[in-house]
Amino acid sequence: MLLKIEDLHVSIGGKEIVKGLNLQVNAGETHAIMGPNGTGKSTLALAIAGREGYEVTSGKIIYQGKDIIGMAPEERARAGIFLGFQYPVEIPGVSITNFMRTALNEIREYRKLPILSASEFLGRMEEKKKLVEIQNKLTNRSVNEGFSGGEKKRNEIFQMAMLEPTLSVLDETDSGLDIDALKVVANGVNTLKTKENAFVVITHYQRLLEYIVPDIVHVLYDGRIVRSGGKELAIELENKGYDWIKKELSLA
Amino acid sequence: MKVYRRLIIMEEEKNQIIDEVTRSEYKYGFVSDIEMETAPKGLSEDTIRYISAKNNEPEYFLKARLKAFRHWQTLEEPDWAHVDYPPIDYQDIIYYAAPKKKPELEGLDEVDPELLETFKKLGISLEEQKRLSGVAVDAVIDSVSVKTTFSETLEKYGIIFCSFSEAVQKHPELVKKYMGSAVPYSDNYFAALNSAVFSDGSFCYIPKGVRCPVELSTYFRINAANTGQFERTLIIADEGSYVSYMEGCTAPMRDENQLHAAIVEIIAFDNAEVKYSTVQNWYPGNKEGKGGIYNFVTKRGMCKGVHSKISWTQVETGSAITWKYPSCILLGDHSVGEFYSVAVTNNHQQADTGSKMIHIGKNTRSTIISKGISAGFSNNSYRGLVKIMKNASNARNFSQCDSLLLGDQCGAHTFPYIEAENQSSIVEHEATTSKISEDQMFYCNQRGIDTESAIGLIVNGYAKEVLSKLPMEFAVEAQKLLSISLEGSVG
Repeated sequence: MLLKIEDLHVSIGGKEIVKGLNLQVNAGETHAIMGPNGTGKSTLALAIAGREGYEVTSGKIIYQGKDIIGMAPEERARAGIFLGFQYPVEIPGVSITNFMRTALNEIREYRKLPILSASEFLGRMEEKKKLVEIQNKLTNRSVNEGFSGGEKKRNEIFQMAMLEPTLSVLDETDSGLDIDALKVVANGVNTLKTKENAFVVITHYQRLLEYIVPDIVHVLYDGRIVRSGGKELAIELENKGYDWIKKELSLA
Repeated sequence: MKVYRRLIIMEEEKNQIIDEVTRSEYKYGFVSDIEMETAPKGLSEDTIRYISAKNNEPEYFLKARLKAFRHWQTLEEPDWAHVDYPPIDYQDIIYYAAPKKKPELEGLDEVDPELLETFKKLGISLEEQKRLSGVAVDAVIDSVSVKTTFSETLEKYGIIFCSFSEAVQKHPELVKKYMGSAVPYSDNYFAALNSAVFSDGSFCYIPKGVRCPVELSTYFRINAANTGQFERTLIIADEGSYVSYMEGCTAPMRDENQLHAAIVEIIAFDNAEVKYSTVQNWYPGNKEGKGGIYNFVTKRGMCKGVHSKISWTQVETGSAITWKYPSCILLGDHSVGEFYSVAVTNNHQQADTGSKMIHIGKNTRSTIISKGISAGFSNNSYRGLVKIMKNASNARNFSQCDSLLLGDQCGAHTFPYIEAENQSSIVEHEATTSKISEDQMFYCNQRGIDTESAIGLIVNGYAKEVLSKLPMEFAVEAQKLLSISLEGSVG
């Protein structure tokens, strides 16, 4: 098992957001996590990535057999965890090329792999750019600076392709995207999918799941996963809305 | 070796130098024994006579020194800069010390490990590490032969590049005419002091219409590193000429002299262009703020001719206290002045730096880009003056002063002064203060980049606009230097 989350509780500033969450992800699987706003989807993503201020008060996050709680975010990243950000931040003056080169080198150094030469690195850039349909001009620009919403998300997918993570958590990567950009994101995920890696796609809408077919769909509500099922669950949610879940839960 | 990295030479000359160096096997020796000569401690007319006699200067030169000294005695040390240091005892300083030969060490294992670590990070070759830290080596580069090849190249173009004292002997007419024309001895307290007691420095003359084919670097003057605490540089670019001049070194410089008060003067005639780049990495003192160099420098360029251009680019990471305002006097119509600066302060360092652009001629243009980065308990101030004189019609200035704060114990300050006396002029000033956000840091971390590297990356991105103005080899080293200077600044 690649990722096993057991009874996870996460607080921000003393307020509990994730309240006893369980999740299991195997290599080769794609999971979708859906749910209304403010139910803890992003909190879960950031807790997996190790963001400061997202305090795990109890429970375990076991990645590749090891509890990663307490590991620094960069160590988790180097171990193969990638977070596609909902709101990617701008880093003025730092080109995507330079940014990726630094990241890749640090990751490779950590894994005791040789540093890529300039030509190997650029070769990899070219290959991945084609794979995720990113234009040249984008990678010459500073990280996310002045990017449109769609460009930012494409950039996230490009970085994911470059770093070849084992576990990718995409936090509402589809929000604010037009249909073309959405296809690029979905296409990226579908192309990068292998038997060894896994994707956790967090989304508010079912729309993305027309292009990324998940193995399992989870519904997150009030800090817990309240339902899991096949892709038909997503369709049901889309048709009935989240109120349906809320109602059922209050009845139960 | 760094010597190679430092040069952008036309390919053929470069190969020639490399050949020369690799062939010479310790032929001339490194630096022959230099007798240590020191003036008595303290400052008096006798000290000045002593220095002047040592340099074998003509009478008028001594008179100029004495005049500067007498003026200096009437002055008070300025206290307007946003820096704080105990009073300097000017009688407790040795004003003349002939270049000292550093004690030779047996091997690198005798060198301060902290210094070696820094060398390693800067990517300085082993040989050069030894040279910089004073270890005896066999294969050390023979600076005499490099210098010779270098000088021959320059000679071909009629370029004069020598020590200031040599220029006084060999080119007295040029020195007499232009020394003090951009920075008169009466300019300020430290300029007066320098004018009285300067020991040596660099002199450079580019003849009419000559585009200097190499980057001139103080590195190529023998013992340049030891010219002492009161250096003086004079650069004259005749009509239609061009030169790029590099001062300093990214390698950490340790110096026993605490007070450095240098003067740099540049004169640019019609259509001439001078690019002056500095990387300053003097000893900043320890983490508690003990020790370190006081760097009080007066740098000024005179755009004398029409369409002349002077650019100052500086990367300041060292010194306990920095007080410097490289400036341009835009006298010639259509002349251009530029100032690009990155100043980093960490721990207890203090910097008060900026520029002055004095627009006198018509259609003159100036640009000021200042990037201050403060960390630790340091204080970093930008201080600048843009002055548009009455006759400077259509003068334009654009100033941008950005401050980046790392941590919450440091300070960033901006003191911009604008005086415009001409209605047709346009002066723009932009200023920002920012911090590295937690979001930026986490974003980098999430990509596998640790906090220290992330700071280096973000800071270099922030300073990119300025770094891109540096000559290539300097820029690469400066980037590494910025990261290293800020190590340990964020916990």
